Amino acid sequence: MDDDDVALRNLTYRQFVELGHAPTVHDIAAVTGATPEDVWSSWQRLHDDHALVLQSHTREIRMANPFSAVPTAYRVFADDRWWYANCAWDAFGVCAALHVDGRIEASCADCGEPITVHLREERPDDEGLLFHCVVPAGRWWDDIVFT
Amino acid sequence: MNLFRSEGHIGRWLGSRAPGATISVTKLCELAHAWWGNRIEPNWRPRTREQNQAILNGLGLTDAFWDLSAADPHS
Repeated sequence: MDDDDVALRNLTYRQFVELGHAPTVHDIAAVTGATPEDVWSSWQRLHDDHALVLQSHTREIRMANPFSAVPTAYRVFADDRWWYANCAWDAFGVCAALHVDGRIEASCADCGEPITVHLREERPDDEGLLFHCVVPAGRWWDDIVFT
Repeated sequence: MNLFRSEGHIGRWLGSRAPGATISVTKLCELAHAWWGNRIEPNWRPRTREQNQAILNGLGLTDAFWDLSAADPHS
């Protein structure tokens, strides 16, 4: 991941936020003037360095953490839009990245009861909820989708 | 990385699996802002593993579970 890859990563994130969904290689190629192959090669290097996560079988983004490019159980309403997050941590991260208040819609992983959390000025309105992480930090990237 | 209503719900969900780490949603929110707050800044640069570890440690997440030392430096 060199400086050009970092610049492309930052453009990719900016496009994700502007579009409200993950950009395609063609979206980024159109903005930069690069070829789709060049964009894909850069995305692959960024994937290898954990700067974003690509789908395993298609030429698409799976995660631009904290944002998810695919539907998940963690939905966030922030900045007048709905977003998907990759996990509970990322759900709060969507508001953090956008620097806005927001509302997280999820459910208790055990009983399935709906959970709604409002974030105002970086604080949750329900402080009784708990977050549990099974995978130790040193192994998060062994399988980031599972983590 | 999931949300739960209580410790009882976590225990029931884990069943016979070994537990990981549990933190309050308030701590999670602090962690999210420290970790993700710069992700869409135009001049974002990847953090080193040491910088990531410092974020965790600064929030009191210092036990072995939160040790990134086996992780890739760019994670």
